[in-house]
Amino acid sequence: MLEIKNMKKSFGDMEVLRGVDIKVEKGDVVTVIGPSGSGKTTLLRCINFLERAKEGEMIFDGVHYQLNAIGRKDIAALRKKTGFVFQNYNLFRNKTALQNVTEGLVVARKVPKDEARSAGLKALEKVGLANRADAYPHQLSGGQQQRVAIARAIVTEPEVIFFDEPTSALDPELVGEVLNVMRNLAAEGMTMLIVTHEMQFARNVASHVVFMDQGLVVEEGRPEEIFESPREARTRQFLQFIMDREAPAPQ
Amino acid sequence: MNERVWQLLLDSFWQILLPGIRVTIPLTLVSFSLGLIIALLTAMVQVANIPVVKQIARIYVWIIRGTPLLVQLFVIFYGLPSVGIILDAIPSAIIVFSFNTGAYASETVRAAIEAVPVGQIEAGYCVGMNYLQIMGRIVLPQALRTAFPPLSNSLIGLVKDTSLAANITVVEMFLAGQRIAANSLEVMAIYCEVAFVYLLFCTVLTKLQTYCEKRMKTY
Ligand SMILES: Nc1ncnc2c1ncn2[C@@H]1O[C@H](COP(=O)(O)OP(=O)(O)OP(=O)(O)O)[C@@H](O)[C@H]1O
Ligand SMILES: [Mg+2]
Repeated sequence: MLEIKNMKKSFGDMEVLRGVDIKVEKGDVVTVIGPSGSGKTTLLRCINFLERAKEGEMIFDGVHYQLNAIGRKDIAALRKKTGFVFQNYNLFRNKTALQNVTEGLVVARKVPKDEARSAGLKALEKVGLANRADAYPHQLSGGQQQRVAIARAIVTEPEVIFFDEPTSALDPELVGEVLNVMRNLAAEGMTMLIVTHEMQFARNVASHVVFMDQGLVVEEGRPEEIFESPREARTRQFLQFIMDREAPAPQ
Repeated sequence: MNERVWQLLLDSFWQILLPGIRVTIPLTLVSFSLGLIIALLTAMVQVANIPVVKQIARIYVWIIRGTPLLVQLFVIFYGLPSVGIILDAIPSAIIVFSFNTGAYASETVRAAIEAVPVGQIEAGYCVGMNYLQIMGRIVLPQALRTAFPPLSNSLIGLVKDTSLAANITVVEMFLAGQRIAANSLEVMAIYCEVAFVYLLFCTVLTKLQTYCEKRMKTY
């Protein structure tokens, strides 16, 4: 459904993506893991054209696009088929939860107001926030804001949703509610590409795990393969590092 | 103060207030509204980074902010006729005050637009909105909320600046006061009275500002 081939991106003379290939099939939950600075965020941002890749190809629903030459219209059309969930939620501060969710329907897709409203309420219900529809972002907790952001992403019925570390900005006790929502989406068959540091989640929910380091995909496979028998030394190193951090050895 | 002065103050109050209501206030409101439109456009072309137009906007702001308001009034009203452009006093004043407000307010608006986190703009793109939709529905509403206090400041400043129009024969509040003072010889009392009426106007605006800010605090 979505395929990226040989994506390259530099900031100045620093090469951040050095030829990344990624494939997402319909219904897949692909998680991307890797050390800080490996280019995971940049990868998602290039896929949604928030940054311009300098080289590479995208195949979306069988249509080929040249990443460095794609036009404005194609970008707009592709964005309407995808959703994006940011690390810091990025809710519209001047809109209520419901307005945040319906904005993309009413403004970008010209869906009639009452239709958008009922779709919006349904999306909010899915993330457990129908009762906070009229709250402004500053009246919501981080976890609630992120759930509104997820509702905003799903309400347009995208073919794939990109998540960039959706729980990293949250207090630990709020992480669970967001992961739960994502788990439910996965169970419903939503196609998702998720950058995350939540290894448990990456392992239990993903159908496919991608390990990135220094701007390259080092290794990918089913979660069992990556987490139990990684082939690459760098993957093992990274997983060891994460495990040490999450469960510090007793003194 | 003797009774005669009180009587004079009382008699002249309406003669000062009336040009205030008929000239100072409309001149302020019209100039400020036009100025806001100019400011919005000037700020937008800079934020949107439109080549050439953006440079023109910068030059405009540079010139207006770098020259005295009084000199601008003289250039338009006394200077332009020598190149064949003759404008009445009031239109001259409106032009100068609008462009002056526009230049200062554009910097306020630009800063307020830039203060809206870029993440919200990206989120707007991601839900399928285009640049103008994002500007109109997400960025500007928040920016204008941020800009409201400094813009109120500019408005209050403009009320007082309109007194400079006296120098190009606009019979606004200050010129009216000047004439009364000259005839009555009670210079101190009359000018204090003029100042008092300006203070009155500005107090109303300040109260209005506080009221509006309270009502806008929904997010
Ligand atoms: N706008 C930018 N300008 C310059 N350098 C950037 C920019 N964005 C990212 N970088 C650099 O690119 C590299 C990859 O960044 P990226 O954010 O993609 O990493 P990441 O894998 O998402 O890391 P993390 O796990 O910390 O979020 C980093 O070295 C970062 O400093
Ligand atoms: Mg990142």
